[in-house]
Amino acid sequence: MTSLPETAGARKLGLVIDLDICVGCHACAVNCKEWNAGGHSAPLTDWNAYSGTEIEDGEDAGAWGVWFNRIHTFEAGEGAASRTVHFPRSCLHCEQPACVTVCPTGASYKREEDGIVLVNPDTCIGCKLCSWACPYGAREYDYTDGVMKKCTLCIDRIYNENLEEVDRVPACVSTCPVGARHFGDLGDPDSSVSRLVAERDGYDLMPEMGYKPVNKYLPPRPRRDSDGDYDAPTRLEQLAAEAADTVPANAGGSGLLAWVDAMLSR
Amino acid sequence: MHPASSVIFFTTASGAGYGLLFLLGLAGSGGLVPASLAFGLVGFTIAFGLITAGLVASTFHLGHPERAWRAMSQWRSSWLSREGVAAVLTYVPAGLFAVGWVFLSDARGIWGVFGILAAAGAVATVVCTAMIYASLKTIRQWHHPLVLPGYLVLALYTGALWMALLTQAFGGAADVFLWLALLAGLAAAGVKAAYWQSVRDQRPAATSGSATGLGALGTVRLLDGPSTSKNFVMREMGYRIGRKHAQRLRQIAGVLGLAAPAVLLVIAILLPNGSGTIPVFLAALSGSAGVVVERWLFFAEATHVVTTYYGAEAA
Repeated sequence: MTSLPETAGARKLGLVIDLDICVGCHACAVNCKEWNAGGHSAPLTDWNAYSGTEIEDGEDAGAWGVWFNRIHTFEAGEGAASRTVHFPRSCLHCEQPACVTVCPTGASYKREEDGIVLVNPDTCIGCKLCSWACPYGAREYDYTDGVMKKCTLCIDRIYNENLEEVDRVPACVSTCPVGARHFGDLGDPDSSVSRLVAERDGYDLMPEMGYKPVNKYLPPRPRRDSDGDYDAPTRLEQLAAEAADTVPANAGGSGLLAWVDAMLSR
Repeated sequence: MHPASSVIFFTTASGAGYGLLFLLGLAGSGGLVPASLAFGLVGFTIAFGLITAGLVASTFHLGHPERAWRAMSQWRSSWLSREGVAAVLTYVPAGLFAVGWVFLSDARGIWGVFGILAAAGAVATVVCTAMIYASLKTIRQWHHPLVLPGYLVLALYTGALWMALLTQAFGGAADVFLWLALLAGLAAAGVKAAYWQSVRDQRPAATSGSATGLGALGTVRLLDGPSTSKNFVMREMGYRIGRKHAQRLRQIAGVLGLAAPAVLLVIAILLPNGSGTIPVFLAALSGSAGVVVERWLFFAEATHVVTTYYGAEAA
């Protein structure tokens, strides 16, 4: 059914993405592709995969394909105050997913038990209307399979009892080298991800559109460019006090080092 | 939005077909036109031909056309599903109405009831088609109060052009349909002019600042996209038409869609009854071509909010 579940479950599995520490390495996107090219949504078709050019003999020959996770890099602000922000973007598993309600066949659905939005590839007719309804560009059409594909929150990892418990997280989360991606239950206010969102003022993308995304983004921390921002003087004072405590002990010694110390201290 | 030719053909052809079916249903059951074999045969061939060709064309852009029947199932939430249901249901009274008209030369009484049901089904189907687009909040040019009236009045207009042609060729209240076509054309032009003006002055639905949540830092601009060549989202949603071309195409839509048919219809009104077949036929062709240009613009000028992740400052 493409009507949304009437009793929304308490569990809202999703991601929290820390824009302060994402370095834009694309490792999450690559591991997403690697896992999902062999998982629930396999294959994630690529076209002209070895092409180095956009246009060849007037034909569109650019290398492109189906990816569930894409990393944009934005610049915000002007001049010296501007910030470069790497911005991973994938399905946000909205609480009000228009991609689900527009689906004419019932292939798109939102799971009652954990809120994950999925596509049934056996009933999708490939009309692409869901991709028009999604404001976040999360759905990608596989022209070879003729069906729509999207992030499954690695449903075939997070519940997979054949994996070590530590590995039962989405591929993007497990691979992030800087720990910028967090996975958990955003419906539970005491979960580690919910606390992180509360501490860091995590926010929704395009809140004005009203789709209530589950995934949250943590904003870049304020810029630190004066010594005051680093508490530098306080830290130096403390170091100076510690040094003052140790210097007299050396000064009271004898021999060559004590003489050098005394000479250099003049 | 990428203007897919199958969808443009579907919405314009089935729009005209349903407009004609609507008028056949009302005029037949109301006795405004003769329930003759020739009128019925040609009229229903055009109406069912346009509707069916459009519906068949609409399956061409599907990845799995053989599963199209599944699209009937989600009418509770999906306008696309409702459109499928309405389109199929409309065939039932429309088919019975055609049987009465063509084989029994009777379009009144119980057959007239089928005609009115067919007219209602035609309206319902066009409403569903329009609502597929009007319900998408992601595209401000579609999520607009004038989209539904635009689809309805253009379906009526193109249907009236074909109906006017039928009455020229096979008799009936010819003047009524010439005037109806003329007035519907003027109404369509008014709705589209108001729509284009309103869309031009509309506030964006989202900005790169709200899309990324980085707006508080200042203007947000794309430094580096996620892929080296265009991906699906950029191809499907990122279609852009130059402002200059859009202006030129609006003029072409105005000339082909309204001005030329209006002149031809006035000529037919001035000619003696039943001798305006050629100008009305040309008016129907020109009007239909104008509506195709209008529909192409409806897609090509639509900006999707996802483009704010791909370099657009607002959409």
